[in-house]
Amino acid sequence: MAVTEVKAGIYAAGIDPEQIAGRIKEHFPEQVIEVTNHRDQVSVIIKKDQSVAILRYLHDDPHLSFDHLNDLTAVDWSSKKEVRFEVVYNLMSLKYRHRIRIKAQVPENNAKIGTVVPIWAGADWHERECYDLFGIEFVGHPDLRRILMPEDWEGYPLRKDYPLKGPDFEKDWPGFVEVVKRSQELKEFEWDD
Amino acid sequence: MIKMEEPEKIFETRELNVNMGPQHPATHGVLRVVLDLDGETIVRLTPYVGYLHRGLEKLGESLSYFQALPLTDRMDYVSAMSNNIGYCVAVEKLCGIEAPPRAKFIRTIVGELSRISNHLLWLATHALDIGAMTVFLYCFREREWILDLFEMVSGARLTITYPRIGGVRNDISQEFIDSTVKFLEEFPSRILEYETLIDQNRIWLQRTVGIGVISAEEAINWGMTGPTLRGSGIPYDIRKYMPYDAYDQVEFEVPIGTAGDTYDRYRCRMLELRQSIKIIKQCLDKLPEGPVMADEPKFVLPPKDKMLPITHPTDMAYFIIEKACKGCGMCLRACPAKAITGEKKKPHVIDQSLCLQCSTCFTTCKFKSMTVVPGGKGLSDEKLAELAVPPEQLPEDIKEAQQNLIRQFDFIKKGPRVPEGDVYVATEVPKGELGFYFVSDGSSKPYRMRLRSPSFIHAGCLSRLSIGHLVADVIANIGTIDIVLGECDR
Amino acid sequence: MLDTSATGLVQVEEDTRILPPNLIVTSLDKIVNWGRLSSIWPMTFGLACCAIEMMAVGASHYDFDRFGVIFRGSPRQSDCVIIAGTVTKKMVPVIRRVYDQMPEPRYVIAVGSCACTGGIFRTYSTVQGAGTFLPVDVYVPGCPPRPETFLEGVMLLQEKIRKEQARWSPWR
Repeated sequence: MAVTEVKAGIYAAGIDPEQIAGRIKEHFPEQVIEVTNHRDQVSVIIKKDQSVAILRYLHDDPHLSFDHLNDLTAVDWSSKKEVRFEVVYNLMSLKYRHRIRIKAQVPENNAKIGTVVPIWAGADWHERECYDLFGIEFVGHPDLRRILMPEDWEGYPLRKDYPLKGPDFEKDWPGFVEVVKRSQELKEFEWDD
Repeated sequence: MIKMEEPEKIFETRELNVNMGPQHPATHGVLRVVLDLDGETIVRLTPYVGYLHRGLEKLGESLSYFQALPLTDRMDYVSAMSNNIGYCVAVEKLCGIEAPPRAKFIRTIVGELSRISNHLLWLATHALDIGAMTVFLYCFREREWILDLFEMVSGARLTITYPRIGGVRNDISQEFIDSTVKFLEEFPSRILEYETLIDQNRIWLQRTVGIGVISAEEAINWGMTGPTLRGSGIPYDIRKYMPYDAYDQVEFEVPIGTAGDTYDRYRCRMLELRQSIKIIKQCLDKLPEGPVMADEPKFVLPPKDKMLPITHPTDMAYFIIEKACKGCGMCLRACPAKAITGEKKKPHVIDQSLCLQCSTCFTTCKFKSMTVVPGGKGLSDEKLAELAVPPEQLPEDIKEAQQNLIRQFDFIKKGPRVPEGDVYVATEVPKGELGFYFVSDGSSKPYRMRLRSPSFIHAGCLSRLSIGHLVADVIANIGTIDIVLGECDR
Repeated sequence: MLDTSATGLVQVEEDTRILPPNLIVTSLDKIVNWGRLSSIWPMTFGLACCAIEMMAVGASHYDFDRFGVIFRGSPRQSDCVIIAGTVTKKMVPVIRRVYDQMPEPRYVIAVGSCACTGGIFRTYSTVQGAGTFLPVDVYVPGCPPRPETFLEGVMLLQEKIRKEQARWSPWR
């Protein structure tokens, strides 16, 4: 069991994220739609067709080496943008200490995108959560089912058209409605003083 | 005599399916694990989460940035301050502001105290699950001390909400500094107590060495962070990689393990306790003077002592200038004491005997006909009419106090207007890397608030860690990945 | 009431008379209730943040054991369930099933704002209070409640048990 001090310059300095975005554009020219830079954080908006190939390139390339998937989530732009959903990948390289964000546009009528579980094993539960809360299907996922909501829940809660307070009592999840109705029947056996 | 048909088929061994239900004596929360066993060896393990999913992300989209801050307390409720600090650092980056130096040091101090409190609770529950009950009682004794310190600084023990966007809520007192120094002097001997009990204990070693082994590359691939990753030998600590608050001004070491098993992760966290003590000592020595809240009028609540009713508490009178009043009726509807009377399109009048000096009418008037007469309490309406000046000609400090009041009303009702854009900011909480991904569309509510919690990722790795081990090792693994279901399910 | 002063019985409180040194005459209600309230054994049902406060009450500083309260892991061995934390719809069948397994007499304490009324979470997956599907005896508000409040809640339950009548009989 060792206690070591992490020195600042021990790793090769990271590449400027703008350059990384430039490299993605070189290798996949038609797939990149836009590159934005807000508060020194670079995001690359791509089409969903070759998203797995782009992410594999980012993972395997020895100079980029994005080996850590920080976060995988989705944003529902509803009617603000043409394409409704955006799947956001926040990537980081432990070796070179640079970060980048990839956003893949997913339309509402064909809400499917390739899975990245073969690249990063930790994406498993992230993708299940995206499917559960947004309804985006990940093609090739080993076990795509609901994770946070009950398995037979209807609707995708984090979409903008889903009400915050949820459905009315009668249309609610049957597991809950059943228990409440049965508890009201069993009230006559309770002790009231 | 009963004839047995095909005795081999009746007595063949099958896999046993065991459910460790959401309610169980292990104190980690509502985690359900279904095990497929071959004898006692685990063949397959499926965790089921979601029993504490409260919809924090969707709730955050309907609240302003100020109002969503207490929601983060309830995520990782064991170390609530670290969540708040993470949220504040993320929103500050989104707005483009920075906390003043004193606030940064204070946030570092309470962040590290929160780390100690988290590791104590982790040790207590991990040891209790494995069987050492004395450690549980000892750790809670120390934890009460830390919760007393938190109460001294903010008033609450568990869900604290002390760090705010732009700094911290209030300054720390000398009593807090003295108590913290006393705590830091006594605490190392307590750590020694725990280590004496379990470090070289034969039972502890048998239950933790070689259990839940994961190599460095696999750990990175699975997305692990924090002490769970550092036990496998990767020195990834956000406090060193991308420092925030005052972490670049203090010196500390990052303990890493070698074997990647439960025992190494346990040693990592125990050594982190000592490093936290070092950090807090340095922060207390280097604590600079100054304000504790940033001076950014667009994003931060104004200071309470520079606001209108408080600057002149008892001797003000509110007065409507007759010539300027258009009779729109806004103040009449807003007044909680019903002290304003008047007809539509005719000048309104305030009844001084009913007026509470709450300033609500002052903020609603758009036609600059409402003014304040300092020292005017108790005077008659005619005298007030003589003394009243139009609002533009009031003295500077009253004007500033009026602006602060209007800003306070605006922020509490609607929230700060944050520029458009998106950021992902990660901080090092005791359990790993807590990431906040905010998408802002220019309004005062987050368009998308994503909370990347370390417990969610680590709970997904539970099956990878436990396959091939025995049933009792599942408990040790749940303890070593240090999950809290409030954070996992959000 | 019968006038029993001639027999030497001294009334110490209502319904309880003693004949010194060692004879006590009282009602069955009192004895049974005194036995029950002095050893309430709750089942651990910590769900969220309030569970941490519950653990703190059970640990060294604010000791629960001096009230006779020992946490039991199994519903069949406990007579009280303390619901501490947010109740979500996914968890409701589980809680009700565990509650149904408890033997009579059984009590329910709802600790924390979330268990009382849903708390700050008015969302699609949170149940607005444990009272929608369980008969709650004592509500302890707070977010989370201080350990002293927690102890007050248990003492209120003790008061409630003290006033019960004929809960020991098979006829209701």
